Amino acid sequence: MTVNEKIAIEHGLKSDEYKKICDLLKRIPNITELGIFSAMWNEHCSYKSSRLHLKKLPTKGKKVIQGPGENAGIIDIEDGDAIVFKIESHNHPSFIEPYQGAATGVGGIMRDVFTMGARPIANLNSIHFGSPQHKKTKNLLRGVVHGIGGYGNCMGVPTIAGQTSFDSSYNGNILVNAMTLGLVKKNKIFYSKAAGLNKPVIYVGSKTGRDGIHGASMASASFDEKIEEKKPTVQVGDPFTEKLLLEACLELMAGDSIIAIQDMGAAGLTSSSIEMASKGNLGVEINLNKVPCREAKMTPYEIMLSESQERMLIVLENGKEELAKKIFDKWNLDFAIIGKTTDTKNIELFFDDKQVANIPVNTLVENSPMYDRKWKKSKLPKKVKIKKDSLNGLKIKDILKKVLSNPNICSKEWIWQQYDHTVMGDTIQKPGGDSGVVRVHGTNKAIAASVDSSAVYCWAHPLTGGKQVVAESWRNLISVGATPIAITNCLNFGSPENEENMGEFVECVQGIGEACKYLNYPVVSGNVSFYNQTKEIGIKPTPSIGGVGLIKDFAKMVTMNFKEINNIVMVIGKTEGHIDQSLFARSILNEKNGPPPEVNLFNEKNNGESLLNLMQKGHIKSAHDVSLGGIITAVSKMSIKGNKSIKFNKSKNLINEINYLFAEDQGRYIIEINPKNLKEVAKILDQNSVYHEELGVIIEKDMIINQKTKVTIDELKSYNSNWLTNFMSA
Amino acid sequence: MKSSVITFPGSNCDRDMDVALNKFGFKNKMVWHNDHELPKSDLVVLPGGFSYGDYLRCGSMASKSKIMHSVINFVKSGGLVMGICNGFQILVESGLLPGVLLRNRYLEFICKNVYVKIDNKQNPYFKNLDKEVFEFHIAHNEGNYFCTKDQLKEIEDNNQVAVYYCNDEGKTEDLFNPNGSIKNIAGIFNKEKNVLGMMPHPERMIDQSLSGEDGSLFFKNLINNLK
Repeated sequence: MTVNEKIAIEHGLKSDEYKKICDLLKRIPNITELGIFSAMWNEHCSYKSSRLHLKKLPTKGKKVIQGPGENAGIIDIEDGDAIVFKIESHNHPSFIEPYQGAATGVGGIMRDVFTMGARPIANLNSIHFGSPQHKKTKNLLRGVVHGIGGYGNCMGVPTIAGQTSFDSSYNGNILVNAMTLGLVKKNKIFYSKAAGLNKPVIYVGSKTGRDGIHGASMASASFDEKIEEKKPTVQVGDPFTEKLLLEACLELMAGDSIIAIQDMGAAGLTSSSIEMASKGNLGVEINLNKVPCREAKMTPYEIMLSESQERMLIVLENGKEELAKKIFDKWNLDFAIIGKTTDTKNIELFFDDKQVANIPVNTLVENSPMYDRKWKKSKLPKKVKIKKDSLNGLKIKDILKKVLSNPNICSKEWIWQQYDHTVMGDTIQKPGGDSGVVRVHGTNKAIAASVDSSAVYCWAHPLTGGKQVVAESWRNLISVGATPIAITNCLNFGSPENEENMGEFVECVQGIGEACKYLNYPVVSGNVSFYNQTKEIGIKPTPSIGGVGLIKDFAKMVTMNFKEINNIVMVIGKTEGHIDQSLFARSILNEKNGPPPEVNLFNEKNNGESLLNLMQKGHIKSAHDVSLGGIITAVSKMSIKGNKSIKFNKSKNLINEINYLFAEDQGRYIIEINPKNLKEVAKILDQNSVYHEELGVIIEKDMIINQKTKVTIDELKSYNSNWLTNFMSA
Repeated sequence: MKSSVITFPGSNCDRDMDVALNKFGFKNKMVWHNDHELPKSDLVVLPGGFSYGDYLRCGSMASKSKIMHSVINFVKSGGLVMGICNGFQILVESGLLPGVLLRNRYLEFICKNVYVKIDNKQNPYFKNLDKEVFEFHIAHNEGNYFCTKDQLKEIEDNNQVAVYYCNDEGKTEDLFNPNGSIKNIAGIFNKEKNVLGMMPHPERMIDQSLSGEDGSLFFKNLINNLK
């Protein structure tokens, strides 16, 4: 079949991109070559709309061993240890087939981490669904949760934290972002850069099937007479094989056989082989007849574009083939020598003794398109003047009930109870807190991780929203006593071809960059997911930030449950009463306008570092950051977890009591301190110019908000814990 | 005291069990499922996980592993074999314990702390423990123990129930049954009491920083009983 422009367009390429391919090759590509170009030049692999802007993110730092550009980012956690981590989206497949979509998302991100030589030690996820009233939401949620659990539980990696939100903008496009952390010795890290000529290229793992090939648009182009052989294009996960692959790879990595290794993720054998050759400035030659296939009569095109899961490509040292094969045989995995590295700087494919593709590697990578898309700047919305009348008649207890049972605030125990969060025996802070925490096995160190996003703020003002998500991530790590080190980001947006959506992207990235720079909290890995939209309307811009921090001595870890009666509860950071875009304004007042709360990076840094200092001194008995739902929501959660509550002081603050309790001003934490330390704590905070207020004192059972308002601990629990379970069982 | 932990393809609590056994004084060896012979052991443990992906019935493929011949002979000679979670499922599938483990009643994986009550201390695992109610941790999808009426009668007549799900006061009501197990059964013995299978994971409760420390009490007592 001869390739033409029409076929190229069916492959998702633009006509000028097709022309560029012909110019670069100085000829018309064949169908296999066209498939390879379309896979390498699509948005997912080439970052063609985002590259220009991602360059502005800070990616370097003292603790950064590997920034973006590899399978995952790597940070130094001292003593020769390092943490490998990354977050990635699997949004579209999860909407089509929630179980397999979510499962393979988890499988893919774990492979990215163990490809680098690290044993995965924790999983996290950020999942976003449409309105609870939408008819698909319940099944999607159930499928995604089962899929994440099904894969992670089988792998024996604990899922230690996550985030779930509901918003009607995800009705037709849910988000599933999966994050994995792995532990590696600094001197045993593996990269994807090939080196040396005539080195064997090895295929290991599962066999290649027809799953994941971009079937629909291809049918007319290549399989016209055999259309009945087409299988659905959704990838199917096999966590058991991945568990074997993990153990086999780590066993091989213990020796010195591997030159380069790359997992076959998006665009499968195509992107893995090209990436290894490109990084090593080499060529690669592959005999496609040697690739283990699951189905008969697969064509070169199908083999190169299959996204079958649980596969790896390895460049081995010469002479290590037998040793490597023995390990993969032991684990019952396929092992095949499929090619070698060459000096041609081309990717050359052979099938049935014929050359079926020959493309210069640099045309696929360096020469891939890059666009400076048009984008529209967002104005900061005007503050909404909330009329006093609209607050009159509202009772604090009624508001609290609605806020605590709001789908975006209520307890997500129904979800995380389905994830094994204790396997590996090192989970010291389970889901439901500010961050999940796992010990570094056999040491006194622990790693804290959280994942955050604030789509509402990003939607109201992308620049502020971008900053805010980073600040919240930073606070969540500090709240458990961890020093924040670096982040990974998953940037979920609408179409980059839409100026408004592109503007949201550009300005969110700018906000993320500013905050990361100021907080010395670099970006070490990430992923961009565009085209999250239904018809013409994009989702709310949803950058997910996965933060990682270090606790040097886990005995000093802090948790959020109230500890002791008569201890003093304090709020750090100033409450200005910012209500616009708060959960209270949106869900109680039904007011959707106005700016998000302002982010003052100086205060964020100063408040956070001062609190960490107090934690080091052992003064902080419990801590929790103030975010969605304001002070009273934070305090309620600390009460529920600690089975104790608080008697609020009469507020000295001049703002309205409702504003005070439900405002979402940034840079704030609730802390618990022993009265005997009060003076010293206040002194240290004063010396550091950190604003602080005493909120009240811990009492046995009921929350006493003011003379008229009392909420029992059982009421708090029932407000918070029932919504999701009831929703899912209804 | 020597122990062996068997690693099947897909086992994922093998390391955790190794850590726990070593912590409480066992000299533990990891044994590969394809080996023919068990090393000399005072205790053999089949760990949790998803052997063979649990793609057939949980534990059924692993129950046919080469090493299981040696395990069965070890049991016949009176040796102590403990199966936790997937290990319990393997013991049931291999016929070393009666009954089956079905999917949890609400068809969902459950990971949480539970209380279990020890009914019978006349056995090498629980003798000398000085309390009855323990807080352990469960993490499984197929822990819903089931057996025929006749089997149940036999199990009860022979005091083969090892642990029941209960509340912190030891009440064994359905309310405290996480998975729908018949009679709240969380673990059972064989007739001779040298084989123990249970769903809860004591190895996840071995220090204060984890979910709790009742696992430590169990392992400390176990090694003392074997000395």
